[in-house]
Amino acid sequence: MFKKINEFRKTKVFKHFISQPLAVGALIVITLLFLGAVFAPLIAPQNPYEMEKLSLSESLLPPVWMEGGQYPYILGTDVQGRGVFSTILYGSRTSFIVGFSVVTISGLLGGGVGLFAGFFGGIFDSIVMRTADTVLSFSKTLIAMLLLGIFRNSSIALVILAIVISDWVQYARTIRGEVLSVKEEEYVLASQAIGGTNMRTIFKHVLPNSISPLLVVGAVDFGIAVMLEATLSFLGVGVPVTQPSLGMMISQGRNYLYAGKWWLIVFPGLTLMAIVFSLNLISDWLRDEIDPKVKNI
Amino acid sequence: MSAYIGRRILQGILVLFLVSFIAFIIFQYLGDPVMTLAGRYATQAQRAEVREALGLNEPFYVQYFNFLKNALQGNFGMSYVTRVPVMELILERLPASIELAFVAESFAVILGISFGVFVSANPKNIISKILMTGSLFGVSLPTFLVGILLIYLFSIVLGIMPSSGRGETITIFNFWRSGLLTIDGWRHIIMPAFTLGMFQMALLFRITRGSMLEVLGAEYVRTAWAKGLKGKRVLFKHALRNALIPVVTMIGLQFGQLIGFAIVTESIFQWPGAGNLLLNSLYESDFPVVATYVIIVALIVVMLNVIVDISYAFLNPKIRYK
Repeated sequence: MFKKINEFRKTKVFKHFISQPLAVGALIVITLLFLGAVFAPLIAPQNPYEMEKLSLSESLLPPVWMEGGQYPYILGTDVQGRGVFSTILYGSRTSFIVGFSVVTISGLLGGGVGLFAGFFGGIFDSIVMRTADTVLSFSKTLIAMLLLGIFRNSSIALVILAIVISDWVQYARTIRGEVLSVKEEEYVLASQAIGGTNMRTIFKHVLPNSISPLLVVGAVDFGIAVMLEATLSFLGVGVPVTQPSLGMMISQGRNYLYAGKWWLIVFPGLTLMAIVFSLNLISDWLRDEIDPKVKNI
Repeated sequence: MSAYIGRRILQGILVLFLVSFIAFIIFQYLGDPVMTLAGRYATQAQRAEVREALGLNEPFYVQYFNFLKNALQGNFGMSYVTRVPVMELILERLPASIELAFVAESFAVILGISFGVFVSANPKNIISKILMTGSLFGVSLPTFLVGILLIYLFSIVLGIMPSSGRGETITIFNFWRSGLLTIDGWRHIIMPAFTLGMFQMALLFRITRGSMLEVLGAEYVRTAWAKGLKGKRVLFKHALRNALIPVVTMIGLQFGQLIGFAIVTESIFQWPGAGNLLLNSLYESDFPVVATYVIIVALIVVMLNVIVDISYAFLNPKIRYK
């Protein structure tokens, strides 16, 4: 085990990684946030969604370091007496669930469709690409908002679905472009020449050689999905009110902003930003690592 | 090239048909068209009359055809809530949205491209490094958060900016209520426009920078330097002109995203635009307004895409000579 770790420490990837303080910092931040979300019930001083444990006499308390702040409400409380710190931990669970689900489903769906479209070409390819162009020219936010707003029964699963419906196309486009160049490589032709079936060629040769850019797309997309869920919940068409969500916290806190209760917005906002910002930094680093030629967009 | 343009226009029309079909389903099946025309408080007899007049017993395709015919004449029925023709409602709100989008986009394009050129020309400069980090914030901050924090900082803490509405407006040409002709209007538009344009600006900045770096390494730019041309001339006349092609395409293609963000921005700043109208209509299940909004947005996006494709064909010789 230790030998393996030591070997890894000598590899190029590790050396590059450690020489990028920003990427290392981002990875640490996102890991901490992720652990906080996973172990929320253990870390959080209270369960903000257990109604009977909330007390209105403790509502709208400022953070502990300010006058009137009370332990254990480190970051203050909202109007219902929910601790902001605890709610953030529970809320970021929703963010991570949506992010992981969207990236996994879109990646598998889009990646699969793009892989076959690129390899076989023809009419299937044209239909997929035209659909992708069309979906891309409309806003993801708008499509998700319309779907959720029209059908009105909100749940995390529906939010995920509403995002995936327009999100898979970028995976499809990315892998298709890669496949188009990979399938002209000699090893692919060789595989076909010795009688390998299409399926064998696709999964054994084309897929492993064209999948790496999807990692970059996935990292950026994770952040976008998290941001989109927050936006939808902020607008009141996202996850149900009974579900903790960073976007909803901000939306509810907004009413108390004029009264100077800034902690209701600033802390969930910072958490949201930290998630998206670290994911963007990691994807930047991944991009440089995978293909230094790719434009820095 | 005319075949290429023809194909693009045909595709655009196909997309519009698809969207109109979706809008038709929202309008006819999710909403209640009888209520659209007769209003929420109509009597049974009035409803039966309307049902007869609408031909709701006609086959599906006849109904769709009638919907299209009405849509082409700009007739989308009445709002459930306000009982005003939907088209009128949206047209009244559109100028506010267009002005906001225009100011936001101008701000994004001018600053985004300038920053991109500056950073590509002075990569080691400290300002460049600040701008690069700033752009990462720009693409990481959710629109709604930026808006709220701006309101908190400038309207509540400092108290120097208005937090909502359009301010004083002046009506021009009898139908266009403009906020861009008064100082008060400008004071109101600055924060929403910044909120809406920030993401675009950061994106355009990063694309311009990438594109410029690529072009600056090209042979013809080196030739221009070798000829002894001045820095500014090389930068703007030789490099920027070629670097702008992907940027211009991006501006066109990003417009759909702008519409999405505009809804969020309008909601935060209580901007009386079409996006805010859509959001309220969704809350109130006012389906005629939603369906009409979808069609209008699709029309704008498809037209812009066709224009971008055509101008791209003119700019790019690879397509021009196909």
